[in-house]
Amino acid sequence: MPEKTMIEAVRDAMLEEMKRDERIIVMGEDVGSGGVFRATEGLMGEFGPDRVLDTPLAEACIVGSAIGASLNGIIPIAELQFADFSHPAFDQIVSEAARLHYRSNGTWNCPITIRSPYGAGIHGGPYHSQSVEAFYAHVPGLKVICVATPYDAKGLLKAAIRDPNPVIFLEHKKAYRSIKQEVPDEDYSLPIGAAEVKREGTDVSVISYGMMMHHSLKAAEAVEQEDGLSVEVIDLRSISPWDKKCVLNSVKKTGKALVVYEDNITGGFGAEVAATIAQDGFEYLDGPVTRVASPDVPIAPYAGGLEEFVLPNPEKIAAAIRKLAAY
Amino acid sequence: MVAVKEISGAMGLTGDQLLDVYYKMLLSRTVAQRERMLNRLGKGPFAITGEGHEATQVGVPYALRPGYDWVLPYYRDIGVALTIGQTPRDLLLALLSRAEDISSGGRNMPSHFSDPKLRIVSGSAPVATQVPHAAGIALAAKLRGLDEVAAVFFGDGATSVGDVHETMNFAGIHKLPVIFVCENNQYAISVPWRLQSSVENVAVRAQSYGFPGVTVDGNDVLAVYAAAREAVARARKGEGATFIEAKTYRQVPHSSDDDDRRYRSREEVEEWLKKDPLTRFQAWLQERRLVDQGALDRMQQRAAQEVDEATEYAENAPKPDPESALRHVLVEEEGS
Repeated sequence: MPEKTMIEAVRDAMLEEMKRDERIIVMGEDVGSGGVFRATEGLMGEFGPDRVLDTPLAEACIVGSAIGASLNGIIPIAELQFADFSHPAFDQIVSEAARLHYRSNGTWNCPITIRSPYGAGIHGGPYHSQSVEAFYAHVPGLKVICVATPYDAKGLLKAAIRDPNPVIFLEHKKAYRSIKQEVPDEDYSLPIGAAEVKREGTDVSVISYGMMMHHSLKAAEAVEQEDGLSVEVIDLRSISPWDKKCVLNSVKKTGKALVVYEDNITGGFGAEVAATIAQDGFEYLDGPVTRVASPDVPIAPYAGGLEEFVLPNPEKIAAAIRKLAAY
Repeated sequence: MVAVKEISGAMGLTGDQLLDVYYKMLLSRTVAQRERMLNRLGKGPFAITGEGHEATQVGVPYALRPGYDWVLPYYRDIGVALTIGQTPRDLLLALLSRAEDISSGGRNMPSHFSDPKLRIVSGSAPVATQVPHAAGIALAAKLRGLDEVAAVFFGDGATSVGDVHETMNFAGIHKLPVIFVCENNQYAISVPWRLQSSVENVAVRAQSYGFPGVTVDGNDVLAVYAAAREAVARARKGEGATFIEAKTYRQVPHSSDDDDRRYRSREEVEEWLKKDPLTRFQAWLQERRLVDQGALDRMQQRAAQEVDEATEYAENAPKPDPESALRHVLVEEEGS
């Protein structure tokens, strides 16, 4: 089985889906030439400018026209170059894509996928680093996915494209090329809403997603070697809907829950996870539900040192695991 | 073969069609007045209507193919909905937010028209968000090789919103079959046109996007119809978009929650009532002896009766089941 980066897996998913179904198009800024991260490289040559549509730099129009196209038999994959630039399209995503099915009493639906790179750790400064998943997870009517591995990226992007609902598909940009993994060439999709236990353990449950999941795995290795702790790491993968059952089952086993997310601590998606564990897993708990996240400053300041200071990392996570395990 | 004599100035419409246009304008007015009355009687918490806009709201869709072309109305477009094929019953069910309201089942506010089989696309309340949808629909039609047209309606207030600029630009680049219809009643609630734009005719903007923009008398139904017919022909032939600015006037407050006396003089309103589109078209028909007083009275009675029946039906129709509020957040699994 070939080893691939996440960006290659994303590209493969689009390529295979576009070959499978000619209703699928890609639209966005610079997608024709492959995009700034090269996610759409080669698609123009394969499918031409009708199906790989370079748009003006206008996010509301990208998402709004994708919504319209989806009402008339097209299945658009709209690319927003950075999740930070989804804000101009917020109205279209929240007022339109998310509410169309509900407000029409189930008579219209909007099968669009909005792909966007998100997350920090690449010295992208405050406008190429944001975690936007909590904004959209807050909105009923959207599905929200955060991927950070090549295998999950291919399987979940296919699921997003095939889903009859609007899906916000967030790809952690630091994971684009930093992680390689075997990815099957054949077609597969993964269920939206299913978390995965990426590492089994019995002492502490770490619930995470995106780049923080990779950091949590490193932290788990470190505390196992240095402290003999057995840490379970869960990758939520899907933020809305999210897999409460998987998380609560793990907490039932370990009695300790550490929620790790890259976003600002206040109101980040991990706050919802923590609240759910506190409410529905109270009987299982043998320590405080604990969060590791970024402080409440705009993510992420640009300079080396500033960014590292702000973001959670394996060391900060390991320290929190040790403290929680000792509780 | 019998030669059919064309009616002068009728833009190719037959006598029957002209009377049908008039009736749809009259029906729109009657529904609007009924909606505001029911609101005042405390039967519906909100009403938003567009008396005065009927020439535009009937004249444009009259040039479309209902159920084939796409329509994206805004919240004042009772006439658009009726001309494309919704009924007074549909609109009254929406006003009273009943379960069988086709537009939304009581989920959206009244006058947020929707009907998939008629290709009337559900809209929201943030102004101008429907505009890019029209471009997307038109793009899809083009990609699929269909000659469908998308007509999107909005007020003058919407022309200040970026979505309109972004969409006109996009439609221009790809020669999309979109008709932008600005019902310019010269007020964004209370803000007059002079504080919305430094340009008298917003239609001139179209030129900078590479397609025609026309300003028409929005109270002259035949002028509006003629502009729309040309725009539809252009769009259908693949020649791209048109912007139609129809200058008109809202004879009533913005909504049931507005008091327009705080920002418009009664003299100004009175002046515009003299240019009422129904009165004007009625006079035009009478001058050409296409209708007599008896026929006008009968139409009036018919419209009143239709709206009475619709009101009675809607008032007796069941409200939505409260628990249904949880449904249709996402496309549900088959069988659920």
